[in-house]
Amino acid sequence: MRTIIEFRNISKSFGDVLAVDDVSLTINEGEFFALLGPSGCGKTTLLRMLAGFETPSRGTILIDGRDITRTPPNRRPVNMVFQSYAVFPHMSVLQNVEYGLRMDGVAAAERRARAREALAQVKLEALEARMPDQLSGGQRQRVALARAIVKRPRVLLLDEPLSALDAKLREELRFELSDLQDRLGITFVMVTHDQDEALALATRCAVMHKGSLLQVATPADLYEFPSSRLVADFIGSVNLFEGHVIADESDHAVIDLPEHGARAWLDHGVGVSETVTVWLAVRPEKVELHKRGHGTPPPEIEGTPAGYNVLAGTIRDIAYLGSESVFDVALESGQRLRVIRPNLTRWDQEDFIWDEPVWVAWHAEAAAVLLQ
Amino acid sequence: MSRDPPALLDYGRRWPLRLVMFAVFLFLYVPLAALVLFSFNDSRRTTRWQGFTLDWYRRMIADTELIAALGNSLVIALLATLISLVLGTLAAVALWRFRFPGKALVSGGFSLPILIPEIVLGVAFLIFFAHVLPWPVGLPWPLSLGAITIAHVAFCFPFVAVVVRARLQSFNREEEEAARDLGAGPWRALVDVILPYLRPSLLAGGLLAFTLSLDDFVITFFTAGPDTVTFPVKVYSMVRFSVTPKVNAISTVMLLITVALTFVALRLQARHGGRALPG
Amino acid sequence: MSAAPRETSWSGQKGAFLALLGPPLGWFLLFFAAPLAVVWAYSFGTNVGAAEIAISGTFANYARALEPLYLGILAKSVGIAALATLICLLLGFPVALAISFAAPQARIWLLIGIMLPFWTNLLIRTYALIAVLRDEGLVNTALASLADALGLPFAPLRMINTNVAVIVGLVYVHLPFMVLPIYAALDRMDRTLIEASLDLGAGHLRTMFAIVIPLAAPGIAAGLLLTLVPALGSYLAPDLLGGPNSQMIANVIERQFKRANDWPFGAALSFMLVYLTFLILALRPLLARKGAGA
Repeated sequence: MRTIIEFRNISKSFGDVLAVDDVSLTINEGEFFALLGPSGCGKTTLLRMLAGFETPSRGTILIDGRDITRTPPNRRPVNMVFQSYAVFPHMSVLQNVEYGLRMDGVAAAERRARAREALAQVKLEALEARMPDQLSGGQRQRVALARAIVKRPRVLLLDEPLSALDAKLREELRFELSDLQDRLGITFVMVTHDQDEALALATRCAVMHKGSLLQVATPADLYEFPSSRLVADFIGSVNLFEGHVIADESDHAVIDLPEHGARAWLDHGVGVSETVTVWLAVRPEKVELHKRGHGTPPPEIEGTPAGYNVLAGTIRDIAYLGSESVFDVALESGQRLRVIRPNLTRWDQEDFIWDEPVWVAWHAEAAAVLLQ
Repeated sequence: MSRDPPALLDYGRRWPLRLVMFAVFLFLYVPLAALVLFSFNDSRRTTRWQGFTLDWYRRMIADTELIAALGNSLVIALLATLISLVLGTLAAVALWRFRFPGKALVSGGFSLPILIPEIVLGVAFLIFFAHVLPWPVGLPWPLSLGAITIAHVAFCFPFVAVVVRARLQSFNREEEEAARDLGAGPWRALVDVILPYLRPSLLAGGLLAFTLSLDDFVITFFTAGPDTVTFPVKVYSMVRFSVTPKVNAISTVMLLITVALTFVALRLQARHGGRALPG
Repeated sequence: MSAAPRETSWSGQKGAFLALLGPPLGWFLLFFAAPLAVVWAYSFGTNVGAAEIAISGTFANYARALEPLYLGILAKSVGIAALATLICLLLGFPVALAISFAAPQARIWLLIGIMLPFWTNLLIRTYALIAVLRDEGLVNTALASLADALGLPFAPLRMINTNVAVIVGLVYVHLPFMVLPIYAALDRMDRTLIEASLDLGAGHLRTMFAIVIPLAAPGIAAGLLLTLVPALGSYLAPDLLGGPNSQMIANVIERQFKRANDWPFGAALSFMLVYLTFLILALRPLLARKGAGA
């Protein structure tokens, strides 16, 4: 894989506010890279520095090995799809798409041909004479896309590309975006606060928080192997138990959870000293619910010795979401636990109800151990 | 703090624009600064500095005609503002609330006083008060100012209506409906909900009307009689016949009043949820 | 939108409607429409005796207004007003641009700075300019000391009582009318459109002409009209700053009423000015459409 973009120790401050704090990052050619994080985490500033709208306070940015830190935006081999789309309201669809080529001095005939080709790629060829105020939000987004790709940039930048669209359209365009990237082979860098969008589209994600990178990994690794509580909590939801390691072998580890008077069994070693505090992270959909009423004993869990990975609790709330149900369980320690169960049949055979005593349990391979 | 280089779109900090800006502000303020400066000049001449004096201010206060003219102007402006606020608000609410035949005509008509050249209005009032509705001569002050006040209201209230109507555009009708839902009659809802919402625009419109009235020379010039001279008309005759620093002195006082009024209005407006003022 | 319709029909609430619209409409008809109608009637009148005018339906006043002498003054008025408007645009656009891109705190102070002269009495402002432009005024004094320092001969520039002074005066008075609507248009404009243009390869200057100016066109059109219309009817600037050769239409009208005592002719001239004003206002949609597209 060839490196296309390199951020070297980039910092950016606005007055007294440090928006980006010493970020170093490389992005490879052909990647669909997502910068993910809550609003104000610095992801948009990083993207805007890549586009040339902001100048870093410190550090260098390279594209194809060339230092572009101070190159003005109109001389960079990148193009952007803006969050608001920024379609020029006084120009027709075709004029919008031709604009960038006109700035490059491309001859009229070629300009038109290339603009039409780009419009065909986003399925807008029929609307080329329309003015932007005659377009829907989704169509305007496609104009913005066509306008950016027609210049054949080395990198396409997308600032929250789907955030202004309604849920259904968002899903549709999500597939089109990744399809478009496959066809064009251009490197995409996207900024988003929507973890679903990042997980669905990106080949690799960087999670940002308060101006710093927390973790850079593939979507699956981010979800299954988060490096910190912050990442685990930001990507999906997670149940965390504080504790420390009391046994650590190559094929298993045991975590003591003193607050719950219980122990957790993991199917892998963790290589952590017994003196440090760790957090056991269990995703809600990886927790099982079992009946506990009338003296029902704790369930047996495959691959886990008896007495591990089981806690007693009581259901406090149930939210039926159609495809699944979310349970709010109060453990005996007082901590709340979130459990998600898919609604596999139309009629839930087990039929859990409010205030019902339950056992919550998880498999030895379900939990992850976090240090931060 | 502003040591960083200008950001990409920070056009205000690029030198060509700074240069134009600087030149324009110089152009706008040098004449006014000179005007103020020479009001303190110990000489009849208004170009060479001879030394500091307050003599011209003393003469200004001693000039009873000038002070009387200023009094006339303030009374007219106050009356015209009050009447214009009432008429302008009524017009704005009526045009905002109701659909009626000929609405475009009425709405367009109300904007005419803003568009018609002042000189034409002046001529119109001259003829009107000379031939159609002669204003009785010898009425006691301030009734003697009636003709001028009527003329001022005629061109001030449409400005108030414009400002108030603009504010009404953003009024959330559901607030009024909430008041009705909670038991208020239509007039109560108007007074309790709509009028408070309009307060910033009433302040802005009132200030605009006051300034327009106080500022008006041309229309008053045609309407004023010998015993109803207003401040601008008086200053005009002074400027025409003898340029003395007394005019500078009175101008400086007016400038101060203007600046003070502007800042009071901005503060009030900031407090009532209008645009904020720094500090 | 599911909100209640904003307007209700008047017929349902006749009492409230009349109470609201009655007073302003009455004032408008009695103290605006009626006086103007009288002027209009007088413009078709003839002088009979010292203070009596007969509405004879004659077009003689308009015929006289169209004589080369008065047509020339009308043309000159348009020319002077147009030139002043153009200068206002050239100065006002960069100023509006700089203000709209300034930091929020600075923006408020700059706007106040532009507005403050507008709130100041017109007569005072015009008077202030006299002191600057006079033969022994501020400009000439400054130039004289400069020439003195350089050892050059100096003859005072003749500015007061010339067309130049009138134009300077009109620019001085009307600049805020140009700056504010352009500022409002620029302030409303989506900044990312500029970024998009830069991103697509345009430089700042090309972006200015391809994106910013077309999008500010409605504001520019409003500024042009707001400057041109009052400038055209200006009385004070030509009266106090101009000379015998720089009289504009308003000064001629004034003379008919206050000195020549030919009211019917003055009324006809007045309505010529009104028609001209409407003609200019009719240009507005044209101006605004030119840049703004749909």
